[in-house]
Amino acid sequence: MSLRLENISKVVGGETHLYPLDLTLEPGSFNVLLGRTLAGKTTLMRIMAGLDRPTTGRVVENGTDVTRQSVRNRSVAMVYQQFINYPGMSVRDNIASPLRIAREPAAEIERRVGEMAELLHIEHLLDRLPAELSGGQQQRTALARALVRETRLLLLDEPLVNLDYKLREELREELRHLLAARDAVVVYATTEPTEALTLGGNTAVMYQGQVIQYGDTVASFLQPSDLRVARVFNDPPMNMVPARLDDGTLKLDDGHDIPVPAHLTGLRAGRYHIGIRPHHLGYDAPAAESLAIEGTCDLVELSGSESLIYFRQGDYEWVAQMDGIHHVAPGEHVRMTVLPHHLYAFDDSGALAGAPERSARGEG
Amino acid sequence: MRIRTSHIGLAAYLIFLILPLYWMINLSLQPNHEILGSFSLYPERYTFQNYITLVTDASWYGSYLNSITYVLLNMAISLTVALPAAYAFSRFSFLGDKHLFFWLLTNRMAPPAVFLLPFFQLYQNIGLYDTHLAVALAHALFNVPLAIWILEGFMRGIPKEIDETAYIDGYSFSRFFVTIFIPLIRGGIGVTAFFVFVFSWVELLLARTLTATNARPFSVTMTQTISATGIDWGLLAAAGVVTMIPGAVVIWFVRNNLARGLSLGRV
Repeated sequence: MSLRLENISKVVGGETHLYPLDLTLEPGSFNVLLGRTLAGKTTLMRIMAGLDRPTTGRVVENGTDVTRQSVRNRSVAMVYQQFINYPGMSVRDNIASPLRIAREPAAEIERRVGEMAELLHIEHLLDRLPAELSGGQQQRTALARALVRETRLLLLDEPLVNLDYKLREELREELRHLLAARDAVVVYATTEPTEALTLGGNTAVMYQGQVIQYGDTVASFLQPSDLRVARVFNDPPMNMVPARLDDGTLKLDDGHDIPVPAHLTGLRAGRYHIGIRPHHLGYDAPAAESLAIEGTCDLVELSGSESLIYFRQGDYEWVAQMDGIHHVAPGEHVRMTVLPHHLYAFDDSGALAGAPERSARGEG
Repeated sequence: MRIRTSHIGLAAYLIFLILPLYWMINLSLQPNHEILGSFSLYPERYTFQNYITLVTDASWYGSYLNSITYVLLNMAISLTVALPAAYAFSRFSFLGDKHLFFWLLTNRMAPPAVFLLPFFQLYQNIGLYDTHLAVALAHALFNVPLAIWILEGFMRGIPKEIDETAYIDGYSFSRFFVTIFIPLIRGGIGVTAFFVFVFSWVELLLARTLTATNARPFSVTMTQTISATGIDWGLLAAAGVVTMIPGAVVIWFVRNNLARGLSLGRV
């Protein structure tokens, strides 16, 4: 099935939640809705599901307009961020409920519930009530109920966000395998760029009620169409510094001058925003051409395997993402370098003007 | 030392609460001449004659059944009307919903006496006078708003996503409401039933005015113990004791949810 959204918008009480947008989701595709909270991901999903009516526009499923069709008659399954199960029913009855409503034969229900429970590793919990399960098990039950019916559209609204880190990784990996075998249109909302990249497929980047870029996840990550995508689709957000391009020199407003890197030589003279990914900043400076950025450290965040170092230079704030543990005391002087071929350039309107050439370097 | 002070306080409180109850039970087991003739802390000569009168005299047990009938009828009407209304208030936003919701409660603020004459006149004309339904409908005017308020509080505590999941799964509204939603708020329904019961069971003015003989409430029969020859204290006390029984039974069923019900379902 293909799902086409035509000129969809949503206004609630004079407040615009979604600006008019068009989006076509291919049959059997896996789609990520990526955006910060309040970007309109849930609003868009609810319209896709038929739970809410759009203010304007049509939802077209395989060429049929389903905008006004009741959600009961649509072939949709949805998993919420909160763990939503029927509290009065056992896990078995929870999973079986959509099949029972669809009047499947009892033996068939039994078989499919067992199969789904096994896939999600909750087969030993079938006779318990949802309230007796841990958060992860409750969400597995909700997932099983959504997956047990072969729906044409499967909506997952930040399904893993309320789980702890380890459980999230584990379930995400399982979900990827479960969903790969389906030919439904799958839509998965998340706020985390890393999650989008892990899941793959296509990504629609949402920002303040608009879809600002839609396309292959990895391609969108490497070629963000504008400044907003670059900020949303990188965690921590991409560093930005205004610059001026003139006579073969790139003059960053923070005072650095460097020769124009090879991949940006085609650009016309003028003002640009230069973007630097946090993980491209580092201490090591193997090459003479590398650009040095200095400042004073504001804060260091350590996670087990990497460090986020926040530092500022005048009015410019930077963040560097580095492997391993790096101790820098706040107030201490920091000197970081970045290779010029990693620079992104966005023109004055915010649109992407030049991106690093990926194939040559093997990474983005 | 502090423990002992609090114990004394509790004991005093308990005595104040229980003494009137005890006294009523005490009186109900005494013959009238003992009640009037002497002061006794406990019945010296037990008699069950008062209770025997209650269960053998048709005017007594008949009116008891009348009261039970219109109270149950009222509970049924109030819950049937209030459940869908409370669901609408808890789930949908519509024009004037908040005003309507508040206006419902203002119904409770009017004294029942205000509606006495209109009800009496209306029921006389349409032939409802002196029926159980007359009293049940009149009480519904006060109980439906209260029931909506309490139920709405309980329903608001159920995430809307459960409703949506059910619709996505293909449940029809009625099937979802009956098989999934009502079981989730059964505690709230019990508490609501309790409050509805209490109002209808103790309300005297409307019940007395809107009935004559066929649907005469128990409380009216109780007033007949007062006659020219004096007051039949023992019988009146026995009637008082049996009046409390249904209330005690209902409280037993809703004891776990009562506190939440008193805050109108809001926690």
